[in-house]
Amino acid sequence: MSKVYGSAAEALDGLLTDGMLIAAGGFGLCGIPELLIDAIVDSGVKDLEIASNNCGVDGFGLGKLLDTKQIKKMMSSYVGENAEFMRQYLSGELELEFNPQGTLAERMRAAGHGIPGFYTKTGVGTVIAEGKEHKEFNGETYILEEGIFADLSIVKAWKADESGNAIFRKTARNFNPPAAMCGKICVMEVEEIVPTGSLDPDHIHLPGIYVHRLIQGEHEKRIEQRTTRPREEA
Amino acid sequence: MPWDRNQMAARAAKELQDGTYVNLGIGIPTLVPNFIPEGVTVTLQSENGMLGMGPFPFEGDEDPDLINAGKQTITEVPNTAYFDSATSFGMIRGGKIAMAILGAMEVDENGDLANWMIPGKLVKGMGGAMDLVAGVGRVVVVMDHTNKHGDSKVLKSCTLPLTGKAVVNRIITNLGVMDVVEGGLKIVELADGVTEEELRAATEATIVG
Repeated sequence: MSKVYGSAAEALDGLLTDGMLIAAGGFGLCGIPELLIDAIVDSGVKDLEIASNNCGVDGFGLGKLLDTKQIKKMMSSYVGENAEFMRQYLSGELELEFNPQGTLAERMRAAGHGIPGFYTKTGVGTVIAEGKEHKEFNGETYILEEGIFADLSIVKAWKADESGNAIFRKTARNFNPPAAMCGKICVMEVEEIVPTGSLDPDHIHLPGIYVHRLIQGEHEKRIEQRTTRPREEA
Repeated sequence: MPWDRNQMAARAAKELQDGTYVNLGIGIPTLVPNFIPEGVTVTLQSENGMLGMGPFPFEGDEDPDLINAGKQTITEVPNTAYFDSATSFGMIRGGKIAMAILGAMEVDENGDLANWMIPGKLVKGMGGAMDLVAGVGRVVVVMDHTNKHGDSKVLKSCTLPLTGKAVVNRIITNLGVMDVVEGGLKIVELADGVTEEELRAATEATIVG
């Protein structure tokens, strides 16, 4: 059975249902599954809960799903780049669950590893700890955080072979591996699919066991903050 | 004369220990690499998944796959390594990062820190700040001593929602350097031309010793 599909829409066929929980890879606009997001927009599926560090920007990335009001709830650590997000949140149309960034990543990783909860010091004594179990270990207080078991993972890698063994590039790896691991089904988009056997098995970042469906496509890879230095400093 | 932003960053750079891994927050801390003392080598972590963060790229060399935690384009250095976000915060939570230098809205004499949320104002999120202050070996705050109304930001007790409780070790402001110790804050150093009286007058927190 081939994991390779012809398009994002084909790869998502039969997987989308209203109200589902989706884990999405990416940090800011870096390493986001932009093709799969576009296909989810086109599908019209609604009331989505999405676990993603950020929510894109206005009109790009997950921001597109805000424009079409397909998102009911976001689980994120930082949403400051998006005016439509704030408008929907302040008007009560959109639910938001803030997670410390490392807690969000670990909640995904833990679920992917079959761990339903873990204790962390992060957030102790803050609003994040309210309503959560507190427990002492070696004289220090920790809070219980739960794994995020998603219905679907949408992620982006640089290259993958046809069996889904994937390699990421630079900081575009970010949330993609933990997001890929925590879903019942993971759909991955890559810039290049290469024949199975052509990647060095020692260089695989994410083994194909986590990847169920795979597409290749052109990525815009928009830069959020273009910062440079003058060449004279060289 | 109180220290300016660059002088505060230069003072913060003196905190860096040779051979350590550190995380720098946004604002004044981003200026710290300009002042790393001679003979000191540190490796900068960017919590989106990188150790060994280099300077901004030359114009035309920007890579959309290579950004820092502020989403700015950056570069690699020879000892750079990349990893995923769970691994990145694993090394933070696991205490492998020696120090974080970060900005603050308020700090108090118990070492409590507030730097992510003002109730009633736009809330963008805590990002990785709560993980960093809870996990790294040492937390150094760099900020102005007072706000734009002249009110002290060095308080008996933070009024804003906390980023972390009892997490701050050292505070560097435009007026001087203070450590969080038993019973309050201890003055470590005064900025050039700033008197102890001036620093005390600008500080709401209890000063001991």
